[in-house]
Amino acid sequence: MTTMLTKPRRPQKAAHRERQHRSPQPARRRNWAGGLAGWLWLAVVAVPLYWTLITSLKAQSNYYASNPLVPTGSPTLDNYRLVIESDFLRYFVNSVVVTAGAVVPAVAFSFMAAYAIVRGWRMRFLRAMNGLFLMGLAIPLQATVIPVYLIIIRLNLYDSLPALILPSIAFAIPLSVLVLANFIRDVPKELFDSMRVDGATEWATLWRLAAPLTRPAILTVTIFNGLTIWNGFLLPLVLTQSPDLRTLPLALWTFQGQYGVNVPAVLAAVVLTTLPVLVLYAFGRRQLLSGLTAGFSR
Amino acid sequence: MSALTGHPPRRAPRSILPWLATPALVVFVGFAVIPLVGVLALSFTTWDGIGTIRPSGLTSWRAVLTDPGLPHALWVTFAVMALSWAVQTPLSILLGVFLAGRQRYRAVLGVVYFVPLMLSSAAIAIAYKALLDPNFGLGAGLGIPLLSQDWLGRPGLALGVVVFVVSWQFIPFHTLIYQGGVQQIPKSLYEAAQLDGAGRIRQFFGITLPQLKYTIITSSTLMVVGSLTFFDLIFVLTAGGPGDATRVLALDMYKRGFQASLMGPASAIAVILVLVGLALALLLRRLGGRDAGASQLEGA
Repeated sequence: MTTMLTKPRRPQKAAHRERQHRSPQPARRRNWAGGLAGWLWLAVVAVPLYWTLITSLKAQSNYYASNPLVPTGSPTLDNYRLVIESDFLRYFVNSVVVTAGAVVPAVAFSFMAAYAIVRGWRMRFLRAMNGLFLMGLAIPLQATVIPVYLIIIRLNLYDSLPALILPSIAFAIPLSVLVLANFIRDVPKELFDSMRVDGATEWATLWRLAAPLTRPAILTVTIFNGLTIWNGFLLPLVLTQSPDLRTLPLALWTFQGQYGVNVPAVLAAVVLTTLPVLVLYAFGRRQLLSGLTAGFSR
Repeated sequence: MSALTGHPPRRAPRSILPWLATPALVVFVGFAVIPLVGVLALSFTTWDGIGTIRPSGLTSWRAVLTDPGLPHALWVTFAVMALSWAVQTPLSILLGVFLAGRQRYRAVLGVVYFVPLMLSSAAIAIAYKALLDPNFGLGAGLGIPLLSQDWLGRPGLALGVVVFVVSWQFIPFHTLIYQGGVQQIPKSLYEAAQLDGAGRIRQFFGITLPQLKYTIITSSTLMVVGSLTFFDLIFVLTAGGPGDATRVLALDMYKRGFQASLMGPASAIAVILVLVGLALALLLRRLGGRDAGASQLEGA
């Protein structure tokens, strides 16, 4: 399990540098086959997305009659109004609370643990702990959902947002610690030594030296965990029951159960729930993708 | 875990490092390690999820192991795992190589390629359910009989659809991993190969693939262990149907536990899921031929 996520390079920040580094091959004649396959894959990805978007703008009445790949001449936002009136703003807030409430501590705790593991590799306790986290990578943690449900009930947290936050933090830790430790290990030892000579505490060294130098990794882990938790379905399904506490994926599912026959409205709900993430993607695509690449490739 | 009481050898005796690691350890032990032990314990009990938990020895295990549904669920789980690996890996490698290329248009295509990475399984499953509807979906609307089949109503087709949708969702992530891997292959290797007159295809098989060995193991491990957790996508798309055609282990666990209120047998299924995950991860590590995590730390 541990042959992963190793020795990443810094993601290239500047666009021009990235382009210099992009090609593993010198320029040469065009690769027609590759180009064709590339466009073909574009169709595979884009057609379902395009169909979802244009259908969500159709009225239910003309949905059955119209050509599915042609946008309607009279687009309507009624479907979106229906979705928003179904309390989607509240579900959006729930999702934000759970995601932020879990990602911030998950990344902070993982960073502290990764720092300790790298700096205190001589301590048996920390090595054992690292082994424990690595084991967490090999185990589908969803399999623990029944005891998690029991623990949440015993803690009197069932049907609350903290019930979703706590296990989400735990599930995020193994991968986060591994990625962050790999980056912290790349910080030159001399820098740590000079901090110590200056009399800085471990705590200060952690936040003033290690954290700034491993910012790309922190970004990677934040994005990855944010996406995972934002899109999570099983924990909300099992650990909450009040309609008021639904997060977006769960709300989407119940909305589909309620309005299943109204396909354009269901698809409008799909578009609306993914819109926040797509907006982030539109603005921070480069950081987002280079951040993910940095953590996962060797 | 006897190591928990171990004393740090040869080091400043009062280091705060263990304390830095404590918050992560506490949360992880509380919500991952204890539940892991708990799931084993619960598999020897009878519990309906609400009332009292009663020890019942091997009853749950007997129920699960004699259920003909178990070999079937195992079979479906491995079928989805193997098929989605076989679809995703070659495509992700090719797309990763393609995106690592230099032309401008590739980067533009990449913008669209990665969109599925952002979507939730629930959203993807719901969109595909509507799109594949035999009467009102895309195929029916276009009037193409081949595309307007009862995709989710026939066992063989439904399994194929699950594999397709899983691949559609996760290929972007693995493409990203391979793209990063390809970008780290030293250019000089390709330059040397070109001087030797090796064509594009020879370069791919002679340089790119061997150089990607560890990337392939990384990606495959994530794919295989990840495929054990394909719960939400299948739950929303087919709910395990038609019949039990797409009832993977994770779904089996949920249905027994939270729908049929049989938490004991559901826990037994969960234990099997954990063992399968561990066995596969160890197997892949064998293939990898080295323990990068530990050896790197040793060398720190």
